[in-house]
Amino acid sequence: MADRSVRTESPEPRTQDIEGEVVLPSWSRRHVLDLDDFSRQEIEQVIETAAAMKEVLSREIRRVPTLRGTTVVTLFYEASTRTRSSFELAARSLGADVISIAASGSSTEKGESLVDTVRTLQAVGADMLVMRHRQSGAPYLVARHVNMSVVNAGDGWHAHPSQALLDAYTIYRHLGDLRGRKVVIVGDITHSRVARSNIWGLTTMGARVVLCGPPTLLPWGLRPDQQREEEWGLPSVEVEPSLDRAIEGADVVMCLRLQLERQQAGLLPSIREYARLYQVNEERLARARPEALVMHPGPINEGIEISPAVAHGAHSVIEEQVNNGVAVRMALLYLLARGKTNNREALA
Amino acid sequence: MSESLAIRGGRVLDPGQGLDLVGDVLIREGRIAAVGAGAASEAERVIDATGLIVCPGFVDLHCHLREPGFEHKETIASGTLAAARGGFTTVCCMPNTEPPVDSAAVVEFILRTARSQGQVRVLPIGCVSRGRAGKELADMGDLADAGAVAFSDDGSPVADAALFRRALEYATAFGLPLVEHCEEPSLSRDGVMHEGWVATRLGLRGIPAAAEDAAVARAIALAELTGARLHIAHVSTAGSVDLVRRAKERGAPVTAEVTPHHLALTHESVMAGAGESPGGLAYDTNAKVNPPLRTPTDAEACLRGLLDGAIDAIATDHAPHAIEDKLCEFDHAAFGISGLETALALCLTLVHEGRLDLPTLVHKLTAGPVRAFGLERVAPGLGSLAAGAGRPADLRPAPGDVVVFDPEAEWTVEPERFASKGKNTPLAGRRLRGRVVATVYEGRTVWQM
Repeated sequence: MADRSVRTESPEPRTQDIEGEVVLPSWSRRHVLDLDDFSRQEIEQVIETAAAMKEVLSREIRRVPTLRGTTVVTLFYEASTRTRSSFELAARSLGADVISIAASGSSTEKGESLVDTVRTLQAVGADMLVMRHRQSGAPYLVARHVNMSVVNAGDGWHAHPSQALLDAYTIYRHLGDLRGRKVVIVGDITHSRVARSNIWGLTTMGARVVLCGPPTLLPWGLRPDQQREEEWGLPSVEVEPSLDRAIEGADVVMCLRLQLERQQAGLLPSIREYARLYQVNEERLARARPEALVMHPGPINEGIEISPAVAHGAHSVIEEQVNNGVAVRMALLYLLARGKTNNREALA
Repeated sequence: MSESLAIRGGRVLDPGQGLDLVGDVLIREGRIAAVGAGAASEAERVIDATGLIVCPGFVDLHCHLREPGFEHKETIASGTLAAARGGFTTVCCMPNTEPPVDSAAVVEFILRTARSQGQVRVLPIGCVSRGRAGKELADMGDLADAGAVAFSDDGSPVADAALFRRALEYATAFGLPLVEHCEEPSLSRDGVMHEGWVATRLGLRGIPAAAEDAAVARAIALAELTGARLHIAHVSTAGSVDLVRRAKERGAPVTAEVTPHHLALTHESVMAGAGESPGGLAYDTNAKVNPPLRTPTDAEACLRGLLDGAIDAIATDHAPHAIEDKLCEFDHAAFGISGLETALALCLTLVHEGRLDLPTLVHKLTAGPVRAFGLERVAPGLGSLAAGAGRPADLRPAPGDVVVFDPEAEWTVEPERFASKGKNTPLAGRRLRGRVVATVYEGRTVWQM
C-alpha cells in the first residue's frame, strides 16, 4: 500500500510568512521559458516558495497583496483549462490584476504578428506575460522583443516549465530528495512539452529518468538502439520500449496524454494496441515500488494511457498535481516580481 | 567598353586553366586581353591588386532574384548588385517566381530587365513542369530557345518519378541539365529543421537526412536510365555526397553543388543564433533553410566531396526574404538565407582553418560551375581568364569578368548594409575574414570598395 504521508515542511523552510520578513536567496531570472537553464538550487527555491504559498492557500482568506499593482496578462493561443485557470488564480491570490486573452487560431490568421500583439500588451501596461502557443519557441521570440517577464505556459512540443516544476514539487512532497529516484515517463514523448521539461527538471534534481513509449513516438536521439553521434546536447536519460521492464522498481510513473490523432497520422497501428502495450494498469504498477506515485499532466484518456483503477487509485497523485499547480505558479510569479524589484534596486 | 582596364600586381588565380602567378590582367573591349607579369603596362584605368587575389568573376548556379512577383524580397537590380558585391559576375536564377519561368515570355522579361537594370550576367533557369505544379512538362523547348540555361522546379522536388523521367529524356533534345531539389516529400512533410538532437531539444519537427538521400538515389537512377544530364542542387548530407561520388565513378552524367552555409554551418545555428537570446535558445529563423543545416559530420562530408571532385560547384542558393517573413514563429518562417554577399567570406573560414585550399575554392566558384552547366556555350571562356592571344582562332577570349579580393580583410556582417533586400542571414554580427575589393563585369567595374 502506498504511503500517502505528505511532507509539510519544505527543505530548510526560510519563508515563514511572505508578508513579513522574507529571507530568500536572490533570484535574478527575468523569464521562465524552460527548465533547461535552471540550476538545482533554483528548482529548490521554487519548491520552498511553493510550500510557503501552499500555506497561504490554506488560510481562510487565501490572498496576499504581494503583487498589488502588478498586471499579469495570460495570452493563450491554445485552449487550456487547468493551466490557464491555475495561473490566473495564482496571480489573483497574490493580488495582481489579471487580463485574460484567448487568441483563437494563430496570430498570422488574425493578420497581426505575434511580436506586434505582445508589444501592444506591453504598451497597455502588462508587467508579466503568461503565454501558451502552438508553435515551439514562440515565447523565446516574444522574450526577445519585450521588457516584461515572460512565463512559458506551454509552447508546441517544446516546454512546459510550470508543469515540470509542479511535478517536481509533488514528487518532493511525497518522496523527499529526488536523487537516485527512478522516474518512468510513459507515452508520446515526441510531441510532449511536459516530457521535455520534466526530463530537464528531473535530471537536474538527480533523478534517474527512463523514457518508455513506442519508437514512433520517441524523438530523434531518444530512440532505442539509436546510434548517437559525438555531438550531443540532450540530458542523459534511459530508454526502454517495454513498459513491463521500464516500470520495474519505479518510484514515479508519469503517464502522458495520447492524442488520438497520432493513430490517424500513422504513428500507431491502433489505439487498442497502444493501450495493450503502454497502458499503466494495476498489474503493471505492481512491478513498481510499493510507495510509487502515479502522475498525469491531464487531461486523462481513461482506459487508454491509464486504467481508471490506477487513475483513481491509492498511488495516484493526479488531483494533487492540479492543486499544487496553483502554489507553484504563485511561487513563480512571486519570484519573478521579486527579481524585478531586486533588479530595479540594483539599477537605482 | 572600348576602354581598357589593368588589374595590376595581384596573385592571379585561374584554377580552371592551372594559372597561379603574380602579375597583371588586362581587359580590353570588355574581354580578357592579356594575363601575366607586366601584361598590363598601359591602360586607361588601373586597379592596384598588390597583395590581393585576382580571379575570374564567380559563377553562381543557384540564386533567387524573386522578380517577377516578389519584388518586396528582391529585384533583379538589387539581387545583381548583391551579386557584384559578393564577387559574382554570372548568376543563374531559379524559376520559382510569380509567374514562374514556364514560358518564353518570362525568360525574355528576366533577360531584358537584367540588361537594363542588372549589374552582372543573369542566366535564367526554366521550369521543369508547367506552373511548377509537378503535373505536366513545361514547354522546355520554348524556354531553351528563349535563353534558359537549365531546368528546375527548385523550391520543390519533382515528386512524380515518371514525370521526372520524361523531363530528363525531353531535356536531352536541348543538351541542358535538369537541376533537381532532392527531397522526398512524404519524409520531409511539415519539417522545419534537420532531424537530429537540436530538433529534439527545441521540439521542432525534423527533416531526416534520408529525405534527401532517397531522392538523390532516385534522381541518379533516372539519370542513368535516360542518359540525361542531372545536376543535384544544394547537397547537404553525407549520404548524398556518397551517392553522387559513386555515380560519377560509374560514369553517370551527374554533377552537384553545395552551398557555403551547408559547408560552414550546422543545425546548431538554429539553437545558438546570432547574439544573446533569452533562455539561451535562439530559434533563429534566419538559420531556417531548405535543405536544413545538418550535422558537423554532414558538413565535413560535403567539404570532402568538394575536395575530391564529387561536388563540382559552390552555389549560394541566395534566398532573400522580407523582414516579416522571418520575424515570426519558427514554424511559420520562410526557408532561405540571403547568401550572395557572405558566400566568399564564409567559404574562406574553411581556408583559414586549413581545411580547404584557395585554388580549389576559386575553382568551385568559377570553372567548376561553368563546366557543370556547360555555360561555355552561353559565353565562351566564361569562368576563366583565357586571353585572346593564347586561344585558338575559333574561340573568342573570355569575358572581362574579374573579381579582386582580399582574403585577410576582417569585417563584421551587418545585414542592414547588404545591397540585397534580403537581410536574412544567420551570420549577423559575425566577424568574417575575406572581402571582395572589386568586381569587374565585361570590363566595367560594377563594385569597388
